[in-house]
Amino acid sequence: MILQRRPFLKGIAAAFLVGLLRPVELLAATWNKTAFSAKTVMDAMMDAGYGGAADSTDIVLKVPDIAEDGSIVPVEVTSNIPGTVSMAIFAEKNPNPLVADFFFSDGAEPYVATHIKMAKTSTVRVAVKAGDKVYTTGKEIKVTIGGCGG
Amino acid sequence: MDNSMKMRAKMQGDVAEVKVLIKHVMETGLRKDKATGKLIPAHFINQVNATLNGKTVLDMQWGVAISQNPFFGFKIKGAKTGDKVAISAVDNLGTNFYGETVIS
Repeated sequence: MILQRRPFLKGIAAAFLVGLLRPVELLAATWNKTAFSAKTVMDAMMDAGYGGAADSTDIVLKVPDIAEDGSIVPVEVTSNIPGTVSMAIFAEKNPNPLVADFFFSDGAEPYVATHIKMAKTSTVRVAVKAGDKVYTTGKEIKVTIGGCGG
Repeated sequence: MDNSMKMRAKMQGDVAEVKVLIKHVMETGLRKDKATGKLIPAHFINQVNATLNGKTVLDMQWGVAISQNPFFGFKIKGAKTGDKVAISAVDNLGTNFYGETVIS
């Protein structure tokens, strides 16, 4: 019995390791706490690596003009900039403007659709990284009922 | 696998369109509990990974401003019918979410 105890424990340990390590391996990059905690859109863009972005008409931002419910605002972005590697969405007047950052690899089109929360009427800004250059565009959305209140 | 994720992946020409819905409160940490007047702690999915046949195509970092029961859609070029799309997500409390589907 004592002889069999060691391999048994090793087996359990291995099973735990496999189970615990798997999600960590898949989610390679660390969550950018600094950028998500930034209070202004300028800081958030800087911290997320989109500082000094140049205005571009090659980013197609599809959003409603008016959002009746700020807790679900549909946002659809397509980048027509060749070599797009990532894009980030900002709601300029949210307490923390950075909403999400998307990193594209093999095969993914530079496109994303999602639903975001907006505290109040403000510009939704998208920043795109292509090579070592950054680009941006924005569009104002009128919010009738804010999405961050309690 | 739990049933917290709903996925659909469909070919549109040579591009696969993937749509995903995850059941999650996405609590901002800025709302007050009306009964107690205390802040409700933040609880939100912050990292999401999408793979095609086991290979990463999209990595996402989310903040608290992604809507409750998050929806997201993306497109994969060069995918084909029968390919497997999988989504792994984790929230700020370390809970993991997983879903997979086959492109139709």
